[in-house]
Amino acid sequence: MSSIPADLKYLESHEWARLESDGTVTVGISDHAQSALGDLVFVEVPTVGQTVSKGAATAVVESVKAASDVYSPVSGEIVAVNEALGGAPELVNQDPYGEGWLFKVKPSDTDELSQLLDAKAYEKVVEREAH
Amino acid sequence: MPFIPHTEADVAAMLQTIGVPSIDALFDEIPAALRTRALEGIPEALSEMEVARLLQERAQQDGRPLNFIGAGAYEHHIPAAVWAIVTRGEFYSAYTPYQAEASQGTLQLLYEYQTMMASLTGMQVSNASLYDGASALAEACLMAVRAHRKSKSAHILVPATLNPTYLKVARTITEGQNLKFDVLPYELKQGTTQRSSLDAYAGQDITAVVIQQPNFFGLLEDVDAITDWAHANNALVIAVVNPLSLAILKPPGEWGAKGVDIVVGDGQPLGVPLSSGGPYFGFMTTRMEHVRQMPGRIIGRTVDLDGKPGFTLTLQAREQHIRRSKATSNICTNQGLLVTAATIYMSLLGAEGLEQVAATCQQQTNKLVDALTKVRGVRLVFDGPRFHEAVLQLDRKVDDVLEKLARAGIVGGFDLSQQYPELGQALLVCATETRTDEDIKRYATTLAEVMQ
Amino acid sequence: MSSRALIFDHSRPGRTAKAQHPQGTEAQVPSHLRRKRRPMLPEVSELQAVRHYTKLSQLNFSIDTHFYPLGSCTMKYNPRACNQLAMLPEFLARHPLAPASTGQGFMACMYELQEMLKEVTGMKGVSLTPMAGAQGEFAGVAMIRAYHRSRGDLARTQIIVPDAAHGTNPATATMCGCTVVEIPSLPNGDIDLEALEKAVGPQTAGIMLTNPSTLGVFERRIQEVAKIVHDAGGLLYYDGANLNAILGKVRPGDMGFDVIHMNLHKTFSTPHGGGGPGSGAVGVNERLLPFMPIPIVGKEGDRYRWLDERDLPQTIGRLSAFMGNAGVLLRAYVYMRMLGRAGMQRVAEFAALNANYLFARLQQEGFEAAYPGRRASHEFIITLKRQARELGVNAMDFAKRLLDYGFHAPTTYFPLLVPECLLIEPTETEAKEDLDAFVAALVAIQREAEQDAAKVKGAPYTLPVRRLDDVRAAKQLDLTYQPAAAAAAAS
Repeated sequence: MSSIPADLKYLESHEWARLESDGTVTVGISDHAQSALGDLVFVEVPTVGQTVSKGAATAVVESVKAASDVYSPVSGEIVAVNEALGGAPELVNQDPYGEGWLFKVKPSDTDELSQLLDAKAYEKVVEREAH
Repeated sequence: MPFIPHTEADVAAMLQTIGVPSIDALFDEIPAALRTRALEGIPEALSEMEVARLLQERAQQDGRPLNFIGAGAYEHHIPAAVWAIVTRGEFYSAYTPYQAEASQGTLQLLYEYQTMMASLTGMQVSNASLYDGASALAEACLMAVRAHRKSKSAHILVPATLNPTYLKVARTITEGQNLKFDVLPYELKQGTTQRSSLDAYAGQDITAVVIQQPNFFGLLEDVDAITDWAHANNALVIAVVNPLSLAILKPPGEWGAKGVDIVVGDGQPLGVPLSSGGPYFGFMTTRMEHVRQMPGRIIGRTVDLDGKPGFTLTLQAREQHIRRSKATSNICTNQGLLVTAATIYMSLLGAEGLEQVAATCQQQTNKLVDALTKVRGVRLVFDGPRFHEAVLQLDRKVDDVLEKLARAGIVGGFDLSQQYPELGQALLVCATETRTDEDIKRYATTLAEVMQ
Repeated sequence: MSSRALIFDHSRPGRTAKAQHPQGTEAQVPSHLRRKRRPMLPEVSELQAVRHYTKLSQLNFSIDTHFYPLGSCTMKYNPRACNQLAMLPEFLARHPLAPASTGQGFMACMYELQEMLKEVTGMKGVSLTPMAGAQGEFAGVAMIRAYHRSRGDLARTQIIVPDAAHGTNPATATMCGCTVVEIPSLPNGDIDLEALEKAVGPQTAGIMLTNPSTLGVFERRIQEVAKIVHDAGGLLYYDGANLNAILGKVRPGDMGFDVIHMNLHKTFSTPHGGGGPGSGAVGVNERLLPFMPIPIVGKEGDRYRWLDERDLPQTIGRLSAFMGNAGVLLRAYVYMRMLGRAGMQRVAEFAALNANYLFARLQQEGFEAAYPGRRASHEFIITLKRQARELGVNAMDFAKRLLDYGFHAPTTYFPLLVPECLLIEPTETEAKEDLDAFVAALVAIQREAEQDAAKVKGAPYTLPVRRLDDVRAAKQLDLTYQPAAAAAAAS
């Protein structure tokens, strides 16, 4: 069973989002997603300063057998990206909710956060996919 | 039955296992109204002996005229060993090396090929080939648009001295992607790209500039200046080169201060016969930073479970079978067999051999120009440094002259009058190392007779 | 760490195959355009090169040496005569831009090939120029786009693709500037017609279909599919990847398709060459004739000539520098002449016989069919999801172990919608005893999987290398030989 921290918000497409105290939103992919993809070999992060809209393909995670777009859970401006992933994409596999974060967005509309799934609802998504 | 091994007893036993009365019953899911009755437009079968006779007759009908055309496809000597090995069943009848463990021969060869092409072009990485030089340019333009993230224009500058068919193919293949091609004129006296024509684009958002070296007229472009202009104006540079010429010409990786970004071309001069235009292969090399934007197969060296080195397809996530509608290209085959030929060809010749072939081509072309321009009514159009082609102007219609030469067993060159009307009745000629002094003399003598 | 030598390992300064090149000429190049450092090409003798590459060839599985049931790839025997006759010296020496008057023999072959392909597919025009299946697809979708545009119907930019389609289909649609709409397949393998009806509309450019589909079954309601798409104003594209299954039995033109591509390297037995060259001729019906890619061979009286932009002003244009993979086309021509009218129909008959026999035998041995109760076309799918769940041995493990038994693996993990699948295509040129041996191997591997799963999971053992580390290959990119790095590693 994959881990689904209760304090995060999720997308059906397996991204997680965390509202930080400075008002930015950190984004990554869930434990379930990293395990389904297998060993990541490359992560393509966006550029700082880029504006993104909710649901837009913003990053790409690539394993040997698959490449997946990562969608931004909120609209806004990219304020940071995880540069460490350039040399160590395996961080996403090892620590998807911590060191393996992908990018931070400064949201233009914080209401969008409330439209995301909570941990319970996301758990159901994962369960449904298993069947 | 040709190529079908089944005996009657086999068929009976197999039908029984399947549980159907006849082979025809296996097609019972096809609606009856759609079933084909007979293929009347297909002739009856020929035996191998009969078909061999037919093809030999047709081949002899075409004969072997003495060839002086280049224009993107070049007649070179191909060592006997090349195709003797290429047509071994283990290379000829294998498929894409998806099962790496059962394809180490092809995979290692492709890795060696990538090494040779990267070194020859002066770049860091090579793919394992594309279809041909023209389609490789189209792929390079699409790649430049992906790789140059700061450029939003998809605007590409191409010289008028680029092989005109390459531009046509690039337009066809990129048609759905809204690329914009602008053609840079050439200096009518020199036959090379007009440097001042670039000034109009200074400060604009240009995605890439294409440079062909040697250019379509066989002339050497000032590649350093154009490369530096492009980089100074934040454009990428795509080089289109003849791989053989790189034995003596500066490799694109060293053009200008920084070298070009993408190199493409047709690999045909490296051990692939003319064969009416194909199969040839396109090559593509680039900088390591753009490797994920490169289309086509790429081979990497890795280790197996026991730590032993081996080769495998890598970076497959770029490709259509994984990325589907988001792939870098829809390409899935390469031209593996032709790359096999090129790799063996380059191994047999080595750097010194390639250099000698290239130098001899140049020398024979110079002799050809000398001999033909002595004929009345023939003059050389551009006299700058060249590789192994030259533009001649005739005092009468080129196609008439070519037709008369053909009747005398000589394929005299490529008629430029359609594509470059400003040059008048112009003819592009080429002599490779395969054209002897006697061949050149025969052409000159025949031309003099034809132009009397 | 033992390692097979690279050609560069045989290289010694000053050694060359001297017989193979002229000598004693100096190139005349202005200094600033001259190459200063020689490229790193091997310096070896002729024998060293011959031995090295001959040995490499021996590391490959190929049709000539192994049963190669790679689904969707039609790995049938490539008759040697096709190669020998395409390599007659006159054909090899012919320059593509030589006047048509010096190429009438070659052009006669090409013209007749066009005519035979029209007949066998039921189409009205054929262009031979696309250099591979994917380029044929590109040409097909580009023609569909050009057709709608010529009618001023600019809204038609959507291409419908079934979820089971080859990856090239959506990739091609995108390349042509179209958007892709996927529709699902029913559990029995047919297209979901309800979903199709919902998907079509004034935005529909066309649908891309493979029939029989990649699920190894014939789309039985193809006439209804054609009607739905045509009624909505769209066109039907036939992906010829599986044409071998129906050659001479049912023609795409009769099924209602407007445009098709044919993989000559599959159905018409030209070599796969370790991944190419392919050849992807396209066929069209009446309404797409003006848009065909050029050049095409035309015939006037008893003379052949090239048709180009002047003859087809609405053409989608050129796809290659010359006329595509001419030498491959010659091989296909020889093959078709040797098969003849009756032989062409036998292809599908025996391909279907072999596939259905193998399918029946494997089911008898307890392997699970993905689409039970359906006829196999020329290929079929078995799913190893039970073995994966109960024994922890998956489709890839079976595939790798098959290599130890001397069989090339079937296609694995395609189509994507069938879990743990093997897509198996024996082709018509395999004998019953080879099919029986393949069944025996799979049965033996099943037994091994039950008794010693680790053994199967560690396969292969008898090949030049064991399973390769793909993750390392993608993360620590080693794409060219670096002598300095190699020397540092060795010391």
